[in-house]
Amino acid sequence: MSLVGARVVRKEDPNLISGRGQFVDDVKIAGTAHMVFVRSIEAHAQIKAIDVSAALECEGVIGVWTAENLELAPLPGVPGLERPTLAKEKVRFVGEAIAVVVAENSYAAADGAELVFVEYEPLGVVTSVNEAMADNAPLLYEAIGSNVVMEVPSPDEHQEIIDAAPHSVSMHIVNNRCAPAPMEPLVCLADYGPSGLTLWASFQAPHHLRNTVSSWLGIAQDQCRVITPDVGGGFGAKVNFTPELFIAPTLSKLLGRPIKYTQTRSECMTEMYHGRAQEQDVDIAFDDEGKILALRVMVYQDQGGYADPTGMGLPALTTTMAAGCYMIPNVSVAWKNIVTNTTPVAAYRGAGRPEASYLIERAIDQIAYSLEIDPVEVRRRNYIPTENFPYATHSEIAVYDSGNFAGCMDELLNIMDYDAIRDEQEKNREDPGKPLLGVGFASWLEIAGFGPPGSLEGFGHLGSWESVQVRIQPDGSAIIYTGASPHGQGTVTTFAQIASDYLGIEFDKISVRHGDTATIPQGIGTLGSRAVAVGGEGVKTASVKIVERAKQVAAHLLEANPEDLTVEDGNFSVKGTPAQTVSWAEVAWTSFRPLEIPEEMEPGSLDTTVLQQVPNFSFPSGAYGCVVEIDKETGDTRVRDMYLVDDCGTVISPMLAEGQVHGGVAQGIAQALYEEVKYDENGQPTTGTFVDYLIPAAPELPTFTSGRISTPTPNNTLGAKGIGESGSVGAPPAVINAVVDALRHLDVTHVDMPATPQKIWRILQGGAK
Amino acid sequence: MTFPIKITVNGKSHETEVDPRTLLVHFLREDCQLTGTHVGCDTSNCGACTVLLNGEAVKSCTVLTVQATNQEVQTVEGLAPPDGPYTPIQEGFRQEHGLQCGYCTPGMLMAGTALLNEIDNPSEEQIREHLEGNLCRCTGYEMIVRSIQWAAENPDGIPVEIGEGS
Repeated sequence: MSLVGARVVRKEDPNLISGRGQFVDDVKIAGTAHMVFVRSIEAHAQIKAIDVSAALECEGVIGVWTAENLELAPLPGVPGLERPTLAKEKVRFVGEAIAVVVAENSYAAADGAELVFVEYEPLGVVTSVNEAMADNAPLLYEAIGSNVVMEVPSPDEHQEIIDAAPHSVSMHIVNNRCAPAPMEPLVCLADYGPSGLTLWASFQAPHHLRNTVSSWLGIAQDQCRVITPDVGGGFGAKVNFTPELFIAPTLSKLLGRPIKYTQTRSECMTEMYHGRAQEQDVDIAFDDEGKILALRVMVYQDQGGYADPTGMGLPALTTTMAAGCYMIPNVSVAWKNIVTNTTPVAAYRGAGRPEASYLIERAIDQIAYSLEIDPVEVRRRNYIPTENFPYATHSEIAVYDSGNFAGCMDELLNIMDYDAIRDEQEKNREDPGKPLLGVGFASWLEIAGFGPPGSLEGFGHLGSWESVQVRIQPDGSAIIYTGASPHGQGTVTTFAQIASDYLGIEFDKISVRHGDTATIPQGIGTLGSRAVAVGGEGVKTASVKIVERAKQVAAHLLEANPEDLTVEDGNFSVKGTPAQTVSWAEVAWTSFRPLEIPEEMEPGSLDTTVLQQVPNFSFPSGAYGCVVEIDKETGDTRVRDMYLVDDCGTVISPMLAEGQVHGGVAQGIAQALYEEVKYDENGQPTTGTFVDYLIPAAPELPTFTSGRISTPTPNNTLGAKGIGESGSVGAPPAVINAVVDALRHLDVTHVDMPATPQKIWRILQGGAK
Repeated sequence: MTFPIKITVNGKSHETEVDPRTLLVHFLREDCQLTGTHVGCDTSNCGACTVLLNGEAVKSCTVLTVQATNQEVQTVEGLAPPDGPYTPIQEGFRQEHGLQCGYCTPGMLMAGTALLNEIDNPSEEQIREHLEGNLCRCTGYEMIVRSIQWAAENPDGIPVEIGEGS
């Protein structure tokens, strides 16, 4: 029986439901000291003086370090915009690390940090891209002379087409700043002894961290072991480097003791990289039938106080995907990367693609409204037809692999009763006791399966492949080692499913190991919806190789031809003679015994490593439908129903795929209705805890209705496209399109995210349109 | 200054002295070495630290250890004996994919246990309302709801060996 596509309970769960998981903070080493940071309370200031004397007197405190007494290289980052590992002379956002206190326990370290006094001379603050680009704006980097740190030329193309078009719409779109907020903040534990460093970290890419930390410390990679045990969510925020990961090893070496750092939630909210934080000017031109003639997009990407390579790349991803699933003959894009006195911005689930799907899906709805054509129909008139794949876009990065956009919409309309919702909407408008109803759609498309050679190198990774080692044990069980580094995705289960199918070994006899650079050959990590599309394909490639070799052993034992053998459920048998069998266990055992294997074979050959490459990105797509209810009195807006059709190509585990979609959609609904990181005019965060930053809980979210289309990708032989980020790409435009739809009778054309009750209430009171 | 305490955790008595400001969650994690209970937010919003105090769900990041003296605490480690079987709610989370990264899971399991102790067969709405103080960033909650429904529908669980399939 094939396990690919089967509903299988997870191998990960027994530990995690018993309290036996091992997250970094659960790792205890004798002699561990704890570090706590003193962080800037100013958004932009010169550091005049730091007084650590009282802290040093504090009971339990071992030492206090600042840039003055601890020489540290800057964090690896963008050349010319390097971030000091501890702030030197100047701070650029609230939360930036200034000093570190090490103590015998975390309570004493926190006490010490309270007693470090920093004298600041405040500087002018910019908290938005507009403020940062204004004439005479305070500059974060005087040497650069502008807060615009990178610019790709302005899109003056297509003005004639837009001017000559029968219709055009211009929009200014704000894609709100979000906090990834994994339930486990950043935690690390460094143990730097005479024979090298072991660094436990809640991180998504252990080898990437190993490579970077070892070169930063100037030690050989063999002396640096990074372990990412159970990781409590990442959502893209645990791929990028922050100071703690470098300071913990430095202090561990200096003190000769293990050093642990456990980030508090309020630190996590101000220091872990944020996502989105993008503004866009969008012009779209179209004919009387709603066919799009031209699209022009200008992106303003807020980088926060320090530019991260991934953050700098976000607008490239947004502009690459700006045309979505539509055939648009003229597309021009441009962007600016801008620094502000806010938390740095980098990858957050979707990283640049939710911003793209949001802009094009909002624009499509504007076309529909201005021509009074149904939004579903406008989408249909512009979809790239299935026969046009592979489809070369305006961007040289993106050649869409495959898709069936109209098929997704057909399936969506199968699972939702659109006409009935429209009827209800009409009735509710007239009934004062009923909420306003809105229905919104998104035909979304994203770029995933990172990626083809060169795609991750630009973000500082060693490569874009993923490693898989399949190692048969003498008893016929198998261990898969992979550089994919899951943090909730269920990779242990999905990789075992794939391996079971292609090795012919029972699922229960396959283990998957990850997250340890000492045991995993090399690796890249889990990000960019790549684990199954790249690593999963690697499991298949390696398994096929192993079976080829195992068949030689089996054939030798059975006195048959290897070509005549099949393998299934733990046994090799001769085609047509099912009685002639030998077990995997016997083949495995024999493979280690030189006297019993064919002469030309080496003992222990049932062990192989592949660095799996893929030729192109994959492009998961889907159609989402959202029904919102708005309380006419209070403006309270709820998602009542969410209809989700995904096309991620081949599905390995339907249950896990559904889980990925739900989680992404929840984050997408959260961005659309609830979440926004905010600053006051002085750059003080006003959403620094979960009291102020509204992560939705179970009562805020609906039960989801799912459908599925499967258009396998040609990029890997499994046909899997990746699914981790789909929901967060597709949900925000569906929700906001529904919100705007609900308010359409009031001539509302746009509502910026998050659509809070206050915003909606103002609209209902006749305020902002 | 330390303060004498006597707390029963998962049936085992702990008699010791603690710094009076020690949070219950830190006592459980550091002194009792029970690391299944997690810290997620420090402000009692996320519920990753949820344990049962005399059978009632509390957030152990906002309970002082001294407040729990002479009382009974149950943590996720106390749900099932090491050789199994899982409680129905643990089994429900496995069967219905109620967890992804697993960080919020112990809190969800304890909150769910408290709910099922109170209401045998809660409605979806009751489950969602009851979990209001437990945040999950991975699942979108639907499968957590289903997991608790599974437990309500299968009060005898499935007798499986702990560690099976791992």
